[in-house]
Amino acid sequence: MSQTVSPSIASPQTQQVLDVELRQVSKYFGGEAAIQDIDLKIREGEFFSILGPSGCGKTTTLRLIAGFEQPSAGMVLIQGRDMSRTPAHRRSVNTVFQSYALFNHMTVKDNIAFGLRVKRMGRSQREQRVADALQLVKMGSFAHRYPQQLSGGQKQRVALARALVNRPAVMLLDEPLGALDLKLRKQMQVELTNLHQQLGITFVMVTHDQEEALSLSNRIAVMKDGDIEQIGTPSEIYDYPQTPFVADFIGETNLLQGEVEFADSQMLRLLTPEGTTVLVNRSEANLPDLKTAVVSVRPENIRLSQEAPLNEGNCYSGYVKHIMYLGTHLHCVVQLQTGERLTVMQPNRSEQSLTPETPVYVSWLPSDCLALAA
Amino acid sequence: MTASPTSKRWRFSQLELGQQFKRLLGALTLLAPPGLWLILFLVLPTLLILDISLVPGLRPGESGDGYGLGNYSRVFNPFDAAFDSVYLQVIGRSLYYATGTTLACLLMGFPVAYWLALMAPRRWRNFLVVAFILPLWTSSLLRAYAWISILRPSGLLNSFIGWLSGGLPGVQLPEQAWLYTSAAVLIGLTYNFLPYMVLILYASLEKLDISLLEAAADLGATPRQTFWQVTVPQTLPGIAAGCLLVFITSMGDFVVPTLLGGASSMTISRLIYNQFLGITRNWGLGSALSMVMILAVSLMIALLLKYGDRDSVKEA
Repeated sequence: MSQTVSPSIASPQTQQVLDVELRQVSKYFGGEAAIQDIDLKIREGEFFSILGPSGCGKTTTLRLIAGFEQPSAGMVLIQGRDMSRTPAHRRSVNTVFQSYALFNHMTVKDNIAFGLRVKRMGRSQREQRVADALQLVKMGSFAHRYPQQLSGGQKQRVALARALVNRPAVMLLDEPLGALDLKLRKQMQVELTNLHQQLGITFVMVTHDQEEALSLSNRIAVMKDGDIEQIGTPSEIYDYPQTPFVADFIGETNLLQGEVEFADSQMLRLLTPEGTTVLVNRSEANLPDLKTAVVSVRPENIRLSQEAPLNEGNCYSGYVKHIMYLGTHLHCVVQLQTGERLTVMQPNRSEQSLTPETPVYVSWLPSDCLALAA
Repeated sequence: MTASPTSKRWRFSQLELGQQFKRLLGALTLLAPPGLWLILFLVLPTLLILDISLVPGLRPGESGDGYGLGNYSRVFNPFDAAFDSVYLQVIGRSLYYATGTTLACLLMGFPVAYWLALMAPRRWRNFLVVAFILPLWTSSLLRAYAWISILRPSGLLNSFIGWLSGGLPGVQLPEQAWLYTSAAVLIGLTYNFLPYMVLILYASLEKLDISLLEAAADLGATPRQTFWQVTVPQTLPGIAAGCLLVFITSMGDFVVPTLLGGASSMTISRLIYNQFLGITRNWGLGSALSMVMILAVSLMIALLLKYGDRDSVKEA
């Protein structure tokens, strides 16, 4: 078995060299499973996000890769080698902590030099690397400050530089932008992307912010209750969620559960308990023959009109329950006559005069929704 | 007509003055009892001691001769006819005991505090801390007597040594005199002040951010490097506070050196006692020695505050 190392210039799409691999990994804390039987393959050079609500096990997964926790079962491989029992200080990964975890008894420069100093790198080489890292995160003029004299965004940059300066095989980012305000977060997102492209290092990021995961990642793993629900590219995750949880967690969606009334090779017909019939294409979702299913329809795929629409498919009448003005869009909750409520995202056009209680029709094509296993 | 707004304003300012006065009165009422206490039982006695210390040769029933620095000169000035180096020796020995006790407490206390704060099972933590400071619930006199029964010639320690040499044929461990030696004083002082050191270090280590230790390991630091480059610097204010507190209290301790120490382990606190209630009865000299000690301890407390301050400034 020979381990081939491919040059890091190759694009992440074409190569299949794995930087991080989790095989059947479980972690128990006092008998309770934080994660269970997880398999994960993270390719060299990719920006990989682990996304999920709090308590889903995403941080535990990251800590297992970093070496702060040992797996209860299974194997953690980094660059093809089993690291399950290797302590954190002997792994070629570096972490950017959620709380930054900067050493407040050291200057910015000493913080960044810490990793090189403990590895006994020579002074001149060390100084050069630290200067480069400071340059990279645009913090050159703050070298002699102490962390407590920096703003949140600046601390974030120092934390990034302190990890990057070690030239790790894998960078681990634990909710790196969680503590920043919206504007700064957007700015740092761009910088993270730039850094990732510039350095070609594998990034593994943990986040609960689906927008952040969608905009930054090459691939995303969505986690729930210690399990991986789905792994895929942002568009795969968004357009073809495989479970109702993923559909609901990534973006916004309307979920309609019902009994399968009729099914052929192309179409499913569902009847909800309220008596609504929903048609859905079954091209992508390769559902086995189920008695019940869930239909997911995105708010932006629903058309809202005041006259009865002409298209076939799914069309229902109701009235506007709530309306939220979002500038470019209107966010409406429509109460159907049958009783269900649907969220509709409507482009904001001035000719429409939607107010609460306005009678409306909602409609969407069977190809604009997805059938999922309940 | 013009008088009315003026009088209104006047009344208003009167009201304001009244409120200010009330506030001042409130503060004074709260501060007066402790303030009076401090003045009556701390400031005045200290000034009294300072006054007495300036009268050389003042003994009960005798008026001293003159007023001046004679008592201090006896202790510090080698060119004074009345100079006796024994006083400096006693001060030196007290410093030695205090330093030794502080070091011993730090070396023994740090691992204990570290274990309590970072490694002990969380739900046992409070129980363990209480268990560790349990000795403080008994009188220090009782504790000293307990050590006498351990250290005396026929005590537990020598019996244990005897049992050991009985168990190891061919090895004859010498029976030692432990009681009334410097070793006994150091053992007693360390035993007395270790819980304080552990408590202070525990408080400091408990506040330590675990993610800093993880960050150090993450950056490739071995556990030893993490300890010296992160844990110790991060807890330095706690270490300084613990050391200074143990140093100050062990320097002033009277019970342990009196009960466990012999004639050769005279400390400054015992010496002062002797000047007032013992055989020598030289109140002037005793007061001068007291002033020296008060000054030294004040200096230590100033250091403690300075370190504390710098830390809080850094944190802010």
